[in-house]
This record gives sequence, C-alpha cells and structure tokens, in this order.
Amino acid sequence: MQGLKKLVRSTAFRLAIFYLLIFGCSSAVLLGFVFWRSASFTAEQIDQTISAEVQGLHERYRLLGIPGLTQVVNERSRRQGQSLYHLINRQGRRIAGNVDSWPKSETSNQGWMDFNYKHQVGDVIETRRARGREIEIAGGYRLLVGRDVQQRVELVELIQSAFWWAGFGILALGLLGGLFIGRQMLRRIDSMAAASAHIMAGHLTHRVPQDGSGDELDRLAVSLNAMLDRIESLMNAVRQVSDNIAHDLRTPLNRLRTRAEVTLMGEPDLASCKEALEKNLEEADALLGTFNALLDIARLEGSASGPRDPVNLGEIVADVADLYEPVAEDAQISLAVIPAGNPIVAVGDRRLLSQALANLVDNAIKYTEPGGRVWLSAERREKHAVLTVGDTGPGVPESDRDRIFDRFVRLDSDRGKPGNGLGLSLVRAVAVMHSAELRVEDGNPGLVVSMALTAVEHS
Amino acid sequence: MRILIIEDDKEAAAYMVKGLSEHGHVADHVRDAETGMIMAESVYDVIVLDRMLPGMDGLQAAQRLRAEGLGTPILFLSALGEVDDRVLGLRAGGDDYLVKPFAFSELLARLEALARRRGEEPKTEICVGDLEIHLLSRRVTRSGQRIDLQPREFKLLEYLARNADRVVTRTMLLENVWEYNFDPQTNVIDVHVSRLRSKIDKGFELPLLHTVRGAGYRLSDKG
Repeated sequence: MQGLKKLVRSTAFRLAIFYLLIFGCSSAVLLGFVFWRSASFTAEQIDQTISAEVQGLHERYRLLGIPGLTQVVNERSRRQGQSLYHLINRQGRRIAGNVDSWPKSETSNQGWMDFNYKHQVGDVIETRRARGREIEIAGGYRLLVGRDVQQRVELVELIQSAFWWAGFGILALGLLGGLFIGRQMLRRIDSMAAASAHIMAGHLTHRVPQDGSGDELDRLAVSLNAMLDRIESLMNAVRQVSDNIAHDLRTPLNRLRTRAEVTLMGEPDLASCKEALEKNLEEADALLGTFNALLDIARLEGSASGPRDPVNLGEIVADVADLYEPVAEDAQISLAVIPAGNPIVAVGDRRLLSQALANLVDNAIKYTEPGGRVWLSAERREKHAVLTVGDTGPGVPESDRDRIFDRFVRLDSDRGKPGNGLGLSLVRAVAVMHSAELRVEDGNPGLVVSMALTAVEHS
Repeated sequence: MRILIIEDDKEAAAYMVKGLSEHGHVADHVRDAETGMIMAESVYDVIVLDRMLPGMDGLQAAQRLRAEGLGTPILFLSALGEVDDRVLGLRAGGDDYLVKPFAFSELLARLEALARRRGEEPKTEICVGDLEIHLLSRRVTRSGQRIDLQPREFKLLEYLARNADRVVTRTMLLENVWEYNFDPQTNVIDVHVSRLRSKIDKGFELPLLHTVRGAGYRLSDKG
C-alpha cells in the first residue's frame, strides 16, 4: 500500500497520467469529429435520395394517377434493395409497397420519420431500422418512401462501441504503463537513494549504481559519481594535511616545549632565558611559516578553479628574476631571463603564479653549485603559454620526479638544505588550480620544470 | 603616538598595550565595535581594528567610521588571510591588513608607518643625515657624492627613507617595493638590503642602514 502510494506520487507516474489525459482528450476530439461528420454526411445523402424519389413518384402520380403510381411502387418494391415503399388508400389499406404495415412514427418533422419495420428473410422475421418520408397524395392516399438504415445504425453502434473500447483500452494501458514506468524509475531512484544513504553513513568509496544506458538517470549517476570522486579526493587531501601536520609539526612543537621546560628547570639566569626565548621565537616563526604554507596549499587544492584574468607572464618572469638576481649573484650563479619576442599572456592569478615561479627559482638557486646557471623564460607553445625554470644543478633521478611535488618530501640529498619541503607542493597546487600541465625534464645536466598555462591572444 | 585597539581578545590586547607602551606609545583598548566607534572620535593617530568582533563586525565599523568622515588610519587584524579578505578589508576603508598570528615587531612597524603617512606632505627630497634623495630626478647623493642605483634599489631606498628612523619589516618591503604579498622561501630581501647597504654605506664612517634583529631594517643617522 505504502509502495503504491509512493508510486502514484512519483513524477514519472504523474507525467504518464498527464500525457495519457492529453492524448485521450485529443484522440476523443478527433474521433468524435470524424464520426460526427461521416454520420451526418450519410444521413444527409439518405434524405436527399428519399426526397428525390418522393418527387419522382409524385410526378408519376400526376402523369398516370393512382394506378400508374401503384404500378411503379409495386415494381420498385419487388427489387432487392434498401428502398421501402408503402402506399395506402383512404381507408388505410395497403395497395402497394414492401412494408407490412404503416409504421408508427416516433418523430415526424415535415413528414420525415425514423421507424422500425419488420423484414422477412426466409423464416426469420427481423425488426429493422429505417428512415422515410410520408406524403399525402390527393384523395386520402398516402405514400411512404423510406430507406433501410439498419446497416448504418449497426455501423454507428459498432463505431461507438469501438470508441468506448478503445478509450477504455487507452486508459487502462496508459495507467498500467504509467505505473510500470513509475516503478522502473522509482526502483532506480530508490537504489540511488540507498547508495547515497550508504555513502552518508561513512562508506565514502561506495558509488551510485550506473547501468551504462546513457539515459537521464544514468547521466545523473555518472555526474554524482564524479562529484563523489572529487569529494573523496578532497577528503583525502584534508586527511593527508592532518597526517602531515601530525608528522612534521609535532617535532618542532616538541622542541619548542622541551626548550621552555628545560630552561625553567633549576635556577635559570636571565641570559639563558633570553637565549631560549629567542630560539623559541625563531622556531615559532618557522612553524608558522610551515603552517601557512600548508594552509595555502590546502586552500588552493580545495578551491573551485582559478581566476580568469589575463596575466602577462613576461612581467612575472622579469619581476621574479629581479627579486632573485642578487641572491643568485651572492651564490655565484648566473640568473638569466630568456627573452620572448612578444608579450606572453595567459589566464591566471598573478600573485599565485609569481609565488609558484619564485618557489621554482628559489629551489633552482638552492640546488645549483657556484658557477652554475639558472634560467627562466615565458614562451608561447601553440595554445599554451609556458613558464619554464631550468638549472645546471644535479637534477632529480627519474624515479623521484613525481614524488618531489608531494608534501614534506625532501630527497635524501637535500637534508642539509634549508626549507620546509612545501615549495614544490605549492607549485603543483597552483598548476592544478590553473589546469596547467606541470613537467619535470632532464636538463642534461640539471633540471627543467615547466608549467603550461592556457594562452590568450595579446590585445 | 596614541593608538586605539578594538579587539575582543582581552589577553592579545593586553600584550599589544604593554608592547606599545614599552615603545613609548599610548594605547587604549575597547572590546566591541560600538564603544570603539565612540572612542574613535577623540584624537588617535591610528586605530587597530579586529575584523571579527561580537555584534558589529570590523568591516562594518570601518565603513561607518569612513562614512562619518573619520580620517584616522585603520589597521585591520584578522585570522582570515586570503587575498580576497585583504581586498575586502582595504575596500571597507582599512589602510593596512595584518593576519594573525603576527609578530609584534610587524604590528609596531606598520602602525608607525601608518601614523607617519597621515601627516605627510608631498616631498621632492628626503634627507637622512648626509644622504640626499631627489625623488623627481631619482638622484641619490651622500656627502655630495653621487650614488648610482638600479630602479628597484631606488624604490627600496625611497621606502626606507620615507620611514626613516622607524623599523621597516621584510614583509612591508615585499608588499610595498615588490608588490608581493607572499613570503619567498629564502630571505631574498636581506640580500637586496645588503646590496643597497654596500652602495650607500661603504666608505662612510657612519652607517645609515641598520638591521634590527628579529624585526627588519631601519634607515637612520641616529645609530
């Protein structure tokens, strides 16, 4: 009962009923119109034939009198057909015709009448339907000319009953169809609802069933699953961040705490207190830096999509090079910008792209030996505007190239260098946010990192 | 200078008041925007306004104060550090924006820079000791000797000179000289400053460009 109620309330069922009603009404109007037109057309034709015959017989009477009329009526009565005649005299006795008795008229309008008459075929006498017209011939003689319309009546009845049956059939089929479609839809929607309830209960890897048919519900299931994939990857990112925090922030926090604790032991003098506080301040700043970098990355990874402003990559490259030029010089590394002939414009966020490029240059300078070279460029490659940073440092083994973008990953060879292991993670987050392709290649020697952004024509 | 602090965190405000008074400033603290708006009418050099306050929030308060024609510089304090939040804050009438947690030296340096900016008249020349900076011709001399500077070095020196005798933090330099509001991993600013220092201080007995430990830099002839 509950199921039926739900079914009747379903959109699919309601739609089916609605269409059924529209279809039923329009076919009723159409059929009714055709029926009415053809029925009235045949009726008119019958009436015209009768009128013509009445006129003809009346003419015959005028020319030949009652005997002539009687003769013609008798002749015509003998013919097989649908024509009916009845000629009576003043006393009401039949003198010619093929109808047994003068019919009792049901309605009479200018002599027109619809009536029943008895017709004998072999031993069987049947009552048939007819339409006719009576006229008064001089001297009390009356003539009835009619047509057997039994067949027509039967046809009309047949059509009428067909009409009702068809109507009933349409209604029944529509109702059943509606219930069926509703049930099918409802079953699939119920399974989707069950799947989402399962997912909400914490089974995040579960997915909404897809049947591969490509219909509306299947497409809905596909996009729901895509959404769930995205949510899952975000959840994983959040989980990874909290894991990272647990692993990489606990150690410095612990140092901070222990230093304070140990300093307070015994009788601390002012100098050692000051020293410990200064160290703690430094440590807290480093912690905050790591914390902010993590937040930045998480925020970027969680954001929908980047801003869509045109940015001149050439300017970004020049500004970052300007910022790092003295650092490179101090490290005895030559920092060069490879000029592009014309402005290179991409869609993106100036601040984030600058920060990503700064991180790449920072890394390149950090890992390149004195006397080496770091270069950066913005160039157009077909549909892409590409930011590239290359160096002549030791490079990264091929097996580690994907790993270097993960959070807190520092290759064994870098342990001695400053940094929190988040610089390249931010670069990747910026690239993902800009739907840019990030590539790490061998510079022979050194490393070349490039980010291919969507270019726009410079206007 | 006189500073009004509108901040609902009592303890954080107490540290700010203490720190500011140790540097010779007078700070008043109120805990909500309504009281703060009344207090703001008296003479303050700068207002520190927390964005998240009980009742009326900081953004609304700043908008109202500006609508009433108050010109006192406002520095927003906020735990929200996204670029959009910063833009919102500045658009609401704030003059600077500092994200929590912050170093006290950063707050102090920014407050001093804000208070200074207010009373400043347009200058064509800044002198710090025997260092002369001609802003229009972009010519720099020390004791009459011409010093050649790159455009960025000039901008850096100009910013330091406009804030002469006051501490300027690395973040302030990044924001105002390079227009970046992120922290590069390596302290690139230090290298730029030391390069500038070698140009203006080398060969002179009195150093002008000082490093303030744990805070930033100061351009001054007073040591």
